[in-house]
Amino acid sequence: MFKIVKREEMSQGTVVLNEIEAPLIAKKAKPGQFVILKANENGERIPLTMAYTDPERGIIAVIYQVVGKSTALFKTLNVGEGYQDVIGPLGKPTHIEKLGKVVCVGGGTGVAVLHPITRAMKQAGNHVIAIIGARTKDLLILEEFMKSASHELHICTDDGSYGRHGFVTHALKDILDKEKVDLVVAIGPVPMMKFVSKLTKEYNVPTLVSLNPIMVDGTGMCGGCRVSVGGKNQFACVDGPEFDGHQVDFDELMMRLQAYCEEEKMCHNEFCMLEESWHKK
Amino acid sequence: MSVETTAKEKKQKKSRVQMPEQEPKVRARNFFEVPTGYTAEMSKEEASRCLQCKNPGCVEGCPVGVDIPGFIKLIHDGDFTKAIRHIWTMNSLPAVCGRVCPQESQCEGKCILAKKGEPVAIGNLERFAADWERANGTGALPPKAAPTGKKVAVVGAGPAGLTVAGDLIQKGHEVTVFEAFHKPGGVLLYGIPEFRLPKEIVAQEVNFLERLGVRVECNSVVGRTVTLDELFEQGYQAIFLGVGAGLPKFMNIPGENLVGILSANEYLTRANLMKAYLFPKVDTPIPRGKDVVVLGGGNVAMDSARTALRLGADRVRLVYRRSREEMPARAAEAHHAEEEGIEFFLLTNPVRYIGNEKGRLVGMECIKMELGEPDASGRRRPVAVKGSEFKIDCDLCIVAVGTGANPLLTSSTPDLKLNKWGYIDTEPASGKTMKKGVWAGGDIVTGSATVILAMGAGRIAANSMHAYLMRGW
Repeated sequence: MFKIVKREEMSQGTVVLNEIEAPLIAKKAKPGQFVILKANENGERIPLTMAYTDPERGIIAVIYQVVGKSTALFKTLNVGEGYQDVIGPLGKPTHIEKLGKVVCVGGGTGVAVLHPITRAMKQAGNHVIAIIGARTKDLLILEEFMKSASHELHICTDDGSYGRHGFVTHALKDILDKEKVDLVVAIGPVPMMKFVSKLTKEYNVPTLVSLNPIMVDGTGMCGGCRVSVGGKNQFACVDGPEFDGHQVDFDELMMRLQAYCEEEKMCHNEFCMLEESWHKK
Repeated sequence: MSVETTAKEKKQKKSRVQMPEQEPKVRARNFFEVPTGYTAEMSKEEASRCLQCKNPGCVEGCPVGVDIPGFIKLIHDGDFTKAIRHIWTMNSLPAVCGRVCPQESQCEGKCILAKKGEPVAIGNLERFAADWERANGTGALPPKAAPTGKKVAVVGAGPAGLTVAGDLIQKGHEVTVFEAFHKPGGVLLYGIPEFRLPKEIVAQEVNFLERLGVRVECNSVVGRTVTLDELFEQGYQAIFLGVGAGLPKFMNIPGENLVGILSANEYLTRANLMKAYLFPKVDTPIPRGKDVVVLGGGNVAMDSARTALRLGADRVRLVYRRSREEMPARAAEAHHAEEEGIEFFLLTNPVRYIGNEKGRLVGMECIKMELGEPDASGRRRPVAVKGSEFKIDCDLCIVAVGTGANPLLTSSTPDLKLNKWGYIDTEPASGKTMKKGVWAGGDIVTGSATVILAMGAGRIAANSMHAYLMRGW
């Protein structure tokens, strides 16, 4: 078992942080890489990109949003309990180099994935501007982490309850209008990455996105995570998870993410009903 | 006429004992094993057909050289305990091999009885011996050599790796198997369906190795979690790579990323390893198509088609570009598939997939093929018939047209020499790679082949590894 040593709820309990004992993975993991977690014998294999690692303590941290049955099950795991299986590190690490000015754009739980990349970009000697966004103030995560990981932090909320009123793309556009940017890293919901990439293409600024399609093994074996990048098929698990945002077919990705939406609903509802009846007892 | 010849003729006249099977209509809707196995009486009866040849062709035909007449005689004598132990000396996975080997082109194909009639049912007898041991055996382990103090790492817990582990543990070495998935078994677990190879049997075969002292480390992606050089630093003196081919091939035709098109690897992994056929009792879903098309003509295509049927499909069509004769599937699999109602669309190739506005598969366009001149594989090359395009409806398509070399491990180990297809280059007689202390075998060397060929490669490598550990490179 891979023990949970720290657990924290964020965003009104819709987002959960787990620090997990996984010394071998912690030693190897680099920013941008992911792990696959499976809660128990009958569990599903769920890929999650790591938010941070601490090789000395032998821990990795993941931050996930509760969206379906599997993540709802993850949420029930307390400190001292754990995951039956954790596999990784998987995927290619982010290519970190000194480029000059880098803007890191994050939305939702994508901020968790963006955080180690932001920090590494800063450590590599780049001037790093971070933009993070959420629907509303209470859903914003890792503000303090992102502040220390970057040189400047901009915050946007869709409803204006905190920071700038508007989308991350608005804040990004202002920066692109003002200064020369060498790289944009965008990680968040697929529509966010799509619109960031569309914007940066107009400005001709290279853009990296991190994709999280449906996958089973995470080692290149199933091909379920295939995405069209520049008209070619790529496997997110081994060729990615990061790709050139200007080349990714986001619309196709969004359709492929819906492959199991009926099954998801059925499975999740059943689980919620069980949980509820269990709590009533 | 001598007495011997009379006995021989008598044996030749006896017909092969058929193994009982579930009725096609019944089994096509459940995941239980199709053939239900011999009884002790049936196996003795079948064993009595063996002529006990002095120069047995069957042994020559076996990639791991099991003494077939030897164990059949023991079955005939009713000493099942000795029979299984006799098999174990050459084969660590008899319950698996009895079920999935292509006997018709190996041992049974070389059986002298096959010349005039039906060969001895060697596979069925091997299966019986292993199943009998599991149900009634003492569980006593075969003897092990004294500890050598040498440490061996095996990468990949599939048929090749498990064979190496079984051979080397019995020779007294310390063996650890590293498996990327959360359970050991490799293709035996994720690839071959429950109705052909119950997963409990795979678990038992692995448990047998663990009882012999083999350590199995799951969730270890060698190349990522740990590298080969790090394994050497940790004190492993010899490493065997049996990571399988495992990179799915697609058709590369328009529409292939529509929802409803899966590689056979993904479809079967969901069904077998993740047990998605039990969804929602387990959490991994699997698409349940009503009108299913499977592309390909090998065992994996048959397994996919038969799985689709069991998942509730109304109609399953197998689309294969050559003719029945060229189908690479094991004869029994194609036969079972047809019995269950799978339709074969032969000499047919897909041209493009057709989707709806939601990006979901609703059909495909195919074209008729005809056989031309033989190609490099010796099989006649299929050529498209101009203007013969036609459309078929389908809501699920499983692509079972083979696999390529998975570069995950090899790309992290630059000093391994690869061939032009990305498979590991080895010395055939020993399984040695170009990297010192590293051997390889199975699909990552040959490309997609069979369980038993991977085991044969494992056997060759294990012998060479043993020699190296005891005497040097």
